[in-house]
This record gives sequence, structure tokens and C-alpha cells, in this order.
Amino acid sequence: MGYLNLIRIILWKDITTELRTKEIITSLLVFTLLVALIFAFAFDPGSQQMRELAPGILWVAFTFGGVLGLNRSFMAEKENDCLQGILLSPIDRGAIYLGKMIGNVLFMGIIEIFTFPVFAAFLNLPLFEVILRLVVVMALSTIGFAAVGTLFAAMSVNTRTREVMLPILLFPVAVPVIIAAVKATGKVLAGDPLGDAADWLKLLGVFDVIFVVICFLTFEYVVEE
Amino acid sequence: MEREQRPEPLVHIEGLTRSYGYRKILRGINLDLGAGEILTIFGPNGAGKSTLIRVLSTLLKPGEGIVRIAGHDLRREEEDLRREIGVVAHRSFVYGGLTARENLHFYASLYGCSGAQERVEKLLTMVGLEERKDDPVRTFSRGMEQRLAIARAILHDPKVLLLDEPYTGLDQHAVRILNAALLDVRRQGKGIILTTHDLGRGLEISDRVAILVSGRIVYQERAANIGLQELESVYYEYVGEKIGWGT
Repeated sequence: MGYLNLIRIILWKDITTELRTKEIITSLLVFTLLVALIFAFAFDPGSQQMRELAPGILWVAFTFGGVLGLNRSFMAEKENDCLQGILLSPIDRGAIYLGKMIGNVLFMGIIEIFTFPVFAAFLNLPLFEVILRLVVVMALSTIGFAAVGTLFAAMSVNTRTREVMLPILLFPVAVPVIIAAVKATGKVLAGDPLGDAADWLKLLGVFDVIFVVICFLTFEYVVEE
Repeated sequence: MEREQRPEPLVHIEGLTRSYGYRKILRGINLDLGAGEILTIFGPNGAGKSTLIRVLSTLLKPGEGIVRIAGHDLRREEEDLRREIGVVAHRSFVYGGLTARENLHFYASLYGCSGAQERVEKLLTMVGLEERKDDPVRTFSRGMEQRLAIARAILHDPKVLLLDEPYTGLDQHAVRILNAALLDVRRQGKGIILTTHDLGRGLEISDRVAILVSGRIVYQERAANIGLQELESVYYEYVGEKIGWGT
């Protein structure tokens, strides 16, 4: 069976389960909207201070929301030991990783698409002028974050303190992605051309490639006892 | 005189060990399973039954020893070996958010089963879930979920079925379906290894029985050669001895 077909099967399963339960999307959506609301009340929308803080606020919401989503994504595999059921099948573990990772990118991406307009409204940020440039930054950042996050979520799901363990493992490794995402988002929101954020985008691109490959290769050892 | 060529057993286990840290769970297991044979392994909690099933099903790496299943070496041909085994464990491995039919189609896709549509419908009927096939599994009772787990385990037509405490939490209906499925699998010339605490149920369905205590097979016998009472006294002799209240 083709490798892409295996990835598609894993992805189909995650999307179908999510469409039925809406556990990941709902928790992420509520969390990110609450963050937007809290910051909208804490700072004066439209102020210079808010313009400086906005990229950081956005990525605080997306990364912490992302951690919730990553945890949920592997909790579904823990229920009834389903991950073991998949591991019993004669397929490459890398395909499981890529299927789960693409699913996580998709869920985080959907949340970003739905919540950014809300952030823009609450925090008085430009939306239509920057949307295409922002999509590039968001896509690169989300891929990097989900690449590392999927591996660590698989690792932490078997621990008793999984909710705490995942951010403790994930954030130190994902720091380059978060910093680059905040800096590049700041440039885009300030109306600068994408070229001004080129260094940060290159960092994101390199991080994505390196960590997708490393996590793909190491996933087998993480899921085996 | 020509020497008779003995066929290779479906499952061959020789000197199998497995430890968790310094704690030895399996201490040199030797077992063979022939085609069309049901072997039941009895043992108290902590004897190593689940660890043995997990090693045989490739979920745990073996320590030392040789394991060959359907001609495939456990260490070198893991992926090929996985095609030849079906596993029923304590947990069902099925997704609560998917329907019974979706779960089976999902696993059929992973195994690359040909004629999946027909096979799924046939198995759902066989395990008595045809009327609930489009309901999410999270609405199922434990017995229904376990019946679905049986269908999932035999979906890809494995040569060897490994069952870890399959009777736990099953109602009488599910037990009958499970036993019928096992006998059907045996009739097709496949091998079955199952572990259970339930001496009566295990003996009733087996061709051969074994007792596992502290990671060692301490007793093996053909089921036809032993009655339930005798098995009970042998079992408690070994198990009771080990835990200090021998009968």
C-alpha cells in the first residue's frame, strides 16, 4: 500500500473522529477566544503598546491552545489503547507520525483562521491588508510547532502528568519557532513587506525541515515500550 | 531409514526472556503451537501472561530467545509477522468516536485487505453487530465492544490469533460468540494462543493447556488428557506453592 495512502487513512480517521466529537476544535476555539477577550480588556486596543504586544499575544494563544489540541489528539489514541491497535498493523510508524502531524497542523490552522479575525477585531489589528503575508508566517510556524508537538504528545500521553509534561517537553525545543513566529508576525502586522521578515522565515523553514525529518525518524522509538 | 520431516510449528518460542529494568518477567519460555491448535495459558496475576502476549504481538521487544510466527522471525521480520497475527487484548483498540463499520474499514485499510466491504459486513453479522454497525462505538456496552474487537482481530485473516484475557467482562452472549469465532478460526487450520484465569472456560475450548508462574511454563498437557478437577489441583499446586498458601 502506498505511503501517502497510509497517511491519508490516519488523517481520515482523525478528521472523522473530530467532526463527530469536536473535542479538539471546541477546546482550542474557546481557549483562544478567551485569551483574545482577556487581552482586549487588559490593554487599550489600538494603542502603541497593543501594537507591540499583539504578535506575542497571538502566539501565546496559538501555542497554548495548540498544546491543548495536541494533548487531545493523543488522548483519543489512548482511549481503548487505539494507538496499540495501529501499531499492531503492518505499517511504517513514520506514516502514523505524518498522519497525526498533518491532522494537528490542520486543526491548529482551522483555529488560527477562525480566531485571527476575532483577535483583529478585539485588538484593533489590520486584517485584510496583511492576510496573505500572515498566512505564510502562520503556515511555517504551525508546521514547526506541530512537528515537534506531535512527537512530544506521543511521548507524554503515557505519563500520569501528561497535561504538564507536554508543555515542559515541548516549549524548550519549540522556542526558536515561537520567537521566529512572533518576530515575523510583528513585521507583517506592522505592514512591512515579507522580505523584511526573510531571516525569521528562513529560520522557520529550516526548523520545519529539520524537525519534521528528526521526528519522523524517531517516532518509532517513542511509541515503542 | 528415512527420517520423518516434521512440519515447522505455526508458533515456535525458544528460551524467550523479557525484563522490565532488573525485574525478570519472562524467564526462558519454550512453547510450540501447531496449525489448527488452541493453546490456553493459565496463570495468576503477575505471572507474565500479558507480557508474553505483548512480546508475541510485537508491542514489546523480546529479551533473549527465538520467536518465529508463521515462519517469520520476531526480531528481523516484524512487519511481515504483524500481517500474520490478530490480537484481542484487555482493551478493544477501537475508536469510540467512529462507528463499528468505520472502525473495521479503518483497520482493513491499514492491513490493505482486499474485498474489505464484503468482509466487514460479514464480520459485523458474525459478531451480532449488524443492527448497531452505524452507531458510534462509545454507545456500546463492554460486551459489544469486545465483540467488535474480535471482528477487528480476525479482519485480515491472520494465521495466529493471540488473546489476552478475552473473557474478562464479557456477558454470556459475547462468550458464546467468542468461542464460536475461536472454533471457526481453528477449523481453518489457524493457531490460537489465549491467556485466562478461568480454568473451566480455558480447558473447555483448548487442545493444549499450559501454566505460567513467575515467568516460567511450569506445566503443559493436552486438554484431552486432563479433567477440570485435576487441572485445578495442578494449578493450585503450582500457584499456591509460589504464593505461600499451598492447598
